[in-house]
Amino acid sequence: MIAYILRRLMYAVPILIGVNLITFSLFFIVNTPENIARMQLGVKNVTPAAIEKWKINHGYDKPLLFNQNNEGMSAFTDTIFYEKSVRLFVFDFGSSDEGRDISYDIQQRMWPSLAIAIPSLIVGLLVNITLAMLLAFFRNTYIDISGVILGVLLMSISALFYIIGGQYIMSKLWHLVPISGYIEGVDGLKFLILPVVIAVVSGIGSGTRWYRTIFLEEINKDYVRTARAKGLSEINVLFSHVLRNAMIPILTGVVVIIPLLFMGSLLTESFFGIPGLGSYTIDAIHSQDFAVVRAMVFLGSVLYIIGLILTDISYTLVDPRIRLS
Amino acid sequence: MNSIETNLSWWQVQPDVLWTDWLIYALLVVIAIFVNHARQHEHLRAPWRLISHRRLAMSSCIILLSFATVGLLDSIHFREAVEQRSDGSIRYANESVSLFDQIIAPLKNNTEKTYSAPFAVQLYSKENVESADGTMRRDYPRLEFGGAHLGDDPANRSQDIQARILTALWQAALLIVAMTALFALWRGKKCSQSFAQSLRSMWYGHGDIPWKTVIATLAFIIVLISLSLQLATVYHVFGTDKVGQDVFYLTLKSIRTGLVIGTLTTLVMLPFAIMLGIMAGYYRGWVDDVIQYTYTTLSSIPSVLLIVAAVLMIQVLIDNNPDAFSTLQQRADVKLLALCFILGITSWTGLCRLLRGESLKLREADYIQAAQSFGVSNFVIITRHILPNVMHIVLILVVIDFSGLVLAEAVLSYVGVGVDPSMISWGNMINGARLEMAREPIVWWSLMAAFIFMLMLVLTANLFADAVRDAFDPHLRSS
Repeated sequence: MIAYILRRLMYAVPILIGVNLITFSLFFIVNTPENIARMQLGVKNVTPAAIEKWKINHGYDKPLLFNQNNEGMSAFTDTIFYEKSVRLFVFDFGSSDEGRDISYDIQQRMWPSLAIAIPSLIVGLLVNITLAMLLAFFRNTYIDISGVILGVLLMSISALFYIIGGQYIMSKLWHLVPISGYIEGVDGLKFLILPVVIAVVSGIGSGTRWYRTIFLEEINKDYVRTARAKGLSEINVLFSHVLRNAMIPILTGVVVIIPLLFMGSLLTESFFGIPGLGSYTIDAIHSQDFAVVRAMVFLGSVLYIIGLILTDISYTLVDPRIRLS
Repeated sequence: MNSIETNLSWWQVQPDVLWTDWLIYALLVVIAIFVNHARQHEHLRAPWRLISHRRLAMSSCIILLSFATVGLLDSIHFREAVEQRSDGSIRYANESVSLFDQIIAPLKNNTEKTYSAPFAVQLYSKENVESADGTMRRDYPRLEFGGAHLGDDPANRSQDIQARILTALWQAALLIVAMTALFALWRGKKCSQSFAQSLRSMWYGHGDIPWKTVIATLAFIIVLISLSLQLATVYHVFGTDKVGQDVFYLTLKSIRTGLVIGTLTTLVMLPFAIMLGIMAGYYRGWVDDVIQYTYTTLSSIPSVLLIVAAVLMIQVLIDNNPDAFSTLQQRADVKLLALCFILGITSWTGLCRLLRGESLKLREADYIQAAQSFGVSNFVIITRHILPNVMHIVLILVVIDFSGLVLAEAVLSYVGVGVDPSMISWGNMINGARLEMAREPIVWWSLMAAFIFMLMLVLTANLFADAVRDAFDPHLRSS
C-alpha cells in the first residue's frame, strides 16, 4: 500500500512541473514583468525609472531563466524562474504585489472557506442522494419523469440567479438571515445558513440527475434481480444492495473534490462577503495582483492532484475487487 | 469639410466582417456539409429521425433555431453611409451595425435618461421638472419614448396596452391559422392525402412527427414576435437600464454573445481534441504518453483559475497594444474570440480523453486490423475508419457543452474575466443590475429579462442535448 501511494506521488511530480511551467509562461513570457509594471503603475505614472523601481521592489528585476552575471549555481537560482516559480514547490508563495505574505493570508483565509464548503458538500450529498433514490424508486412513473424535467430546469438556471434570488427572498423579503457578512465562532452560524442553503439548492439539479443515472445503472444488474427473486422488499433492495454498490462511483466523484474545498467558491464568497480563499482570488483578479493568482493556480493544481490520489486509494478501500498494481 | 449632403440609399453600406463573424460563417459551412453528408447516409439519418419524433426535442429544436436566427442576423455587420463627399466617394460610419440592429432600430434608438420600469411612462427617479406655469417641482419626469404615443394623457395606458395585446393576438392567430394550413397542404401533398385528411391526422398525431407540438411551439414564437411588434415599439417592455437603454434590446443583443461563446469555443477546440484524442488511442506508445501528459497537466489546473489567469494575461496584452484595433467594437470582438480560445483550451481535455478510450477500443476491431494487414496507411485508417466511428461522441459532447458554456459566460463576466465590459451580454447585464438590488424599490427588470432569456436558451439546449445523447449513444456517460 505504501509503495503504491509513493508511486502515485512520484507520478504527480512531472504534472506539477508541467503546471508550474504553464503558469510561468503565462505570467512571465506572454506578459513580461515590464507589461505588468506598466499595468500596475497606471498610464500616467509610466516612466522607465518608475518601472525599474517597481520591478526592484517586487523582485522582478532579474533575468527570466539564466543570469549571465553570476557564476555556478547562482546563475540559475538568481532568476525570476527560480525565485517565483521553483519556490512554489516548497509552498513558499512569497509576497503579493501589495507586499502581504501570501502563505499567511492563505492560512488565515482557508477556515472561512471550509466553514462554507464542508456543510455544503455534506448536506448537498444527503439531499441529492435521497432525491435520486426517490426517483429511482418511482422509476418510469410520472413522478420520475417530472422529477427529471424539474432537474433539467434547475440545472438551466445560472448560479448567479440562485444567489441573487436567495439573498432577495431570504434576507430582504423574509428577514430570516443576514444578507452577507461573516464572523467567527458560534455567532457566525447565522451567516453560514444562507450560503450553504444556496449552494445545496443550486446543486440539486445536476447532482440528483447524476446520482439517478448511477442508481438506474445498478438497478438493472443481475444481483439486484436475484435479491428481488429472493423476496426482498423493494426498499430493502434499494438500501442494502443498490445504494451500497452505487457508493463506489459516488465516492470517486466526491473524494476528488474534497481537497479542493479549501479553495472555496469564487461566486458564493464574493456575494456573501466571506473572507475565504475564493474572495481572495476574486480580489486579486480585480486588483490584478498576479502573484496571488499564480499562487492560487498552483495551490489548486496541487489540491486537485491530491484529490486524484485519494480517489485511487479510496477505490481500493471500498472495492475489494480492485487490486493495487 | 467640403461635402455635399445627398440622399444616400439604405443599400450603400460597407460590409464589415468581424473575426467572430468569419468563424460563425465557417461554422455554418461546417454544419451545411455535415447536414448534406448525413442526408445521404441512412445510418446517420436514423438517429436524427428518432430525435424528430420526440416532442420535447422538436420543441426545443425550434426554439433553439429561432435563437440561432437572431444570432445570425446579428452577425451580419456593416457600416452605414454617412455622407457623400464632393468627389463622389462615400464616407462610412466608424462603428458598424448589424442587420439585426437595423431590424430593431426603434429599440436601439429609444434611449431614456436613466432607469424606468417595464411599461412605465415616467422615469424611475424624481427630478426637477418645470411645470406649465414655469415653477420647478420634484416629480417623476415623463419618458421621452416610453408611451410617447399616448401624448400628455398617460392615464389610459392600461387600456392602450390591452388593445395592443388584443391586436397582437389577432394578428398572431391569423398567421398561425395560415401556417397550419400550409403545413397541412404540404404534408397532404407528400402523403397524397386530402387537405382535411391531412389536417385530421396531424391533430390525432398519426405519423411520426409530433405536428401538434411543432405548431404549438411555432405559435408560441409567433405570439411573442407579434406582441413585441405591438408593444416593444412604443413601450419599454423590460424597462430601461442605468443609462436609459432599453433592456429588451440589451437582452436580444446578448443572444449573439451567448451563442458565440457556446458554439465557437467548441469549434476552435474540436480539431485539437479530435486529432490528439484519436492519435493517442491509435498510435499508443510515446505519442499516447505525451498527449496524456499534456491533458492531465492542463486538466489538473482548476479550470476557473486557468481561465482567470489566461484572460488576465490577454487583457494586459490587449491593453498594452491599443493601436492594433481601429474601433472599440473590434477590440471587444477580439477579446470575445480570445475568451472562446481560452475556454476551448480548458474544455478540450474531457473530449480528448473519451476519444482516446474509444480509439483504443476501435483499433482492435476486426475491420481495422484487416485494413492494417492490407497495408492501408495510418492516415487513411484514421480518417476513413476511426473518425466516422467516433463522430457521434463528438456530436454529443458538443451539444452537451453548449449550455454549460452559455452559463459560464455569465459567471466569468461577473468575476471580471469574461467578455469586454462594452460588449452586451447577459453576464454584463446581471453584473450591472446586481448593484441595484439595494435600491428601494428594487430595480428587478434587467435581472428578470436576462433570467428569462438565459433560461429559455439553456433549458432548450439541455433538453435537446438529452435527446441527441439518447438517440446517438444512450450509454455514454458524461456529466
